[in-house]
Amino acid sequence: MIKKLGKKLPTIVMIGPTFFWLILFVLIPLCYVIGISFLTKNAYGGVDGILSLQSYKDLFQSEYLKIFTGSLWLSLQTTILCLIIGYPFAYLIAKAPANRKKYMVLMIMLPFWINSIIRIYGWNTLLRTEGVINHLLIALGIISKPLEMLYTDGAVLLGMVYDLLPFTILPLYTSIEKIDTSLLEAARDLGATKRSTFMKIILPLTMPGIFAGSIQTFIPSLGLFYISEMMGGGKTMYIGNLIKNQFLSARNWPLGAALSIILIIITLILMKLYTRVGSLEDMA
Amino acid sequence: MAKMQDKVMIRLRDVDKCYGTNKVVKSLNLDIREGEFLTLLGPSGCGKTTTLRMIAGFEEVTEGQIFLEGENVEDKKPNQRDVNTVFQNYALFPHMNVEDNIAFGLVEKKVKKPEIKRRVGEMLKMVQLEGMEKRLPAQMSGGQKQRVAIARALINRPKVLLLDEPLGALDLKLRKQMQFELKHLQKKLGITFIYVTHDQEEALTMSDRIAVMNQGILEQIGAPEEIYNRPATKFVADFIGETNIFEAYVEEVMDGRIGISLEAGTAAVKAAGFHKEEMVYICVRPENLKISAEPVIDFNIRGKVKEHVFIGSVNKTIVELVNGQELKITTQPDVELLSMGSEVNLFWNEGKGILLHTKEEQIYNLIENTVKIEGGGDD
Repeated sequence: MIKKLGKKLPTIVMIGPTFFWLILFVLIPLCYVIGISFLTKNAYGGVDGILSLQSYKDLFQSEYLKIFTGSLWLSLQTTILCLIIGYPFAYLIAKAPANRKKYMVLMIMLPFWINSIIRIYGWNTLLRTEGVINHLLIALGIISKPLEMLYTDGAVLLGMVYDLLPFTILPLYTSIEKIDTSLLEAARDLGATKRSTFMKIILPLTMPGIFAGSIQTFIPSLGLFYISEMMGGGKTMYIGNLIKNQFLSARNWPLGAALSIILIIITLILMKLYTRVGSLEDMA
Repeated sequence: MAKMQDKVMIRLRDVDKCYGTNKVVKSLNLDIREGEFLTLLGPSGCGKTTTLRMIAGFEEVTEGQIFLEGENVEDKKPNQRDVNTVFQNYALFPHMNVEDNIAFGLVEKKVKKPEIKRRVGEMLKMVQLEGMEKRLPAQMSGGQKQRVAIARALINRPKVLLLDEPLGALDLKLRKQMQFELKHLQKKLGITFIYVTHDQEEALTMSDRIAVMNQGILEQIGAPEEIYNRPATKFVADFIGETNIFEAYVEEVMDGRIGISLEAGTAAVKAAGFHKEEMVYICVRPENLKISAEPVIDFNIRGKVKEHVFIGSVNKTIVELVNGQELKITTQPDVELLSMGSEVNLFWNEGKGILLHTKEEQIYNLIENTVKIEGGGDD
C-alpha cells in the first residue's frame, strides 16, 4: 500500500496543486452558478432557496433572444473582419525571414502586456467627440463639426476587432508556416498562377488555422462586456452586458446564471468542434 | 544516346548563382540534348539542386543565361516554362486525391474535362496505379507517391522533366526497381530528363551522360563509361566508384613513357602530355590494382597484406604501403588470396592507371627513393 503510494507520489505532487486550483476556482463556482440558475430571485439581490425553472423560461422572452442574436451577429462580424485583416498579416509573418519573424510575432504579442481595458480606453480618447482624431480633422480643415465616432455600433466592432485580432493571427500564422514551400513550388511548376496557387493550395491547407482562429476569436468575443460599454456606451445590449446587469443592477441572479450557462454551453459546443477539426488535421 | 541528332534542349551559358557573397554555382556551361537522360551528380552543396532549380525557374540566375530550345527563359516564371519537376519529397498536394493531383496541371491549363479524364487514365496506367484514383497521398506508400509525382509532371507533356533526388527516400530494393522503371519510361517517351542525385551508382545506371559537379564547378561531363574509366579530375576519380589515388612525381619523360616516383616506390607507365618534375595523381580502381608475391616489371611499389574482407561477389584485400597508405584491391572469388602479412608487389596493367595533372605543380621531394626506370626496379 505504502509502496503503491510512493509510486504515485510524484504524480500527486505534480498535478495536485493544479487539481485543487481547478476544483476551488472552476468546478465549485461553476456548480454554484448552475445551482443559482435553478433557484428563485430574491427581491434584494441574492436568491431564495425555492427550486424553479423560471429563469430558463425567461430566456425565451423576445428581448433576450434579440440580445442573443445581436451578440452572435456582432461576434460573427468580429470574427470575419479579424480573418480578413489577420490573414495577410499572418501570411507576411510566416513568409518573413527567420530572424525578422520572431520580432513580428513579438509585436503581435506585445499588446497582451497591457491590460485590455486600458487599451480600449486608449481608443476612447482617440475616437470621442473631443478626441484626438476629431481635433486633428478639424485642424486640417477636413471637417467642421466633430464626427460622432464613439458610442456607435461601429466603434464597438472596431474595439472587438482590435482586441481579438492577435487571437486570429497566431493560429493562422502557425498553419501558414506549416505549409511545405515545395507544395507552392509544385503548383507553380504545374502552371498555376499565384492567385490559383492561393485558392487551390494555400487556402485549403490553412483551413484548420482559419477554423482555429475563428473559434479563438468568436468564443471570447461573445463574453466581452466592457468593450460594448466603453466603446458603445452601453447603448446596444450584448450577452456580456446582460449577464453583468442581471448580477449587478437588475438583481436577478438566477437569470444571470442561466444566461451564463447558455453561454458556456455554446462555448463548449464550439470547443468540441474545434478539437474535432484539430484531430482530423492530425490524421491527414 | 536516345537520339543521335544533337539538338540542344537546354543551354546554360556562364551561369553563376550567388547567395549573398556565397557563390554556389560558378560559370556553368552545359548543353543538354533533346531526349537525353542527363544526371547532375555531386556531393551535397555542390550546386546541382540549385542548377536544377534555376532551370525550373524557382531560383533566379545571378549571372549568365539559360536557354530552353534556344529561347532565353530569364523573364519566364516557373508556370510559364515548358518544364516540370519531380520533387525530392514528392510535394503531392495532401488535400487532393491521386486523380486531382495528377490532373492539376491540365486543370490549370483549362483543358476540357473529358480530355483530362482520358489523360489521367493514361498516366495512371503508365505508372501502374490504376484503381487508386481516389486515394489521398497520406494513404500511399513512398513508391506509390513517387509514381503519382512522376505522373503529375509527365501529364503536362513537358519538354524537359527535372527530377530532384526523386528516389532518395525509398529503400534500396524499391530504389533499384524505380531506377529501372524511370530509365525505361524516359526511353519510351523520349523526353529529356535532368536528374539530380548524389548517388553515383544511380547516376551510372541510368544516365546517357553524367555531369559531375563539385563546389559549384562542373568537373566533368560525359557518358558513364567515360566518367568511370577516364575521370578528368581527382575529384571525379574519387567520387565515382572506389579509387586508389597516389600522389607521384615525374622523374623522367621518354617517348611515350614516364618514370614516376611515389612515396612508397616507383613505376614506369605509358603516358603523354606530362613533363619532368611535375606532380601527378595516379588513380587506379580496386579491380585494376593487382598484387603479386613475385617482382613485377616496371613497378617497384611494395606493401603488406593487411586484411581480407569478403563482400559478396568479390574479395576485397587491404594492402598497406610502406608510407602507411592503405589500398583497396578487389579480386574475383576464384583468385587465390595471398596470406595476411605477406610482402607483395603492386602493379596495374597498361592503361588501367589514370594519370592526372595536379592543380598546383610543385617539386616533390622524394628523390632518395628513386630507382632507375629502365631496369624496372626489380631487385
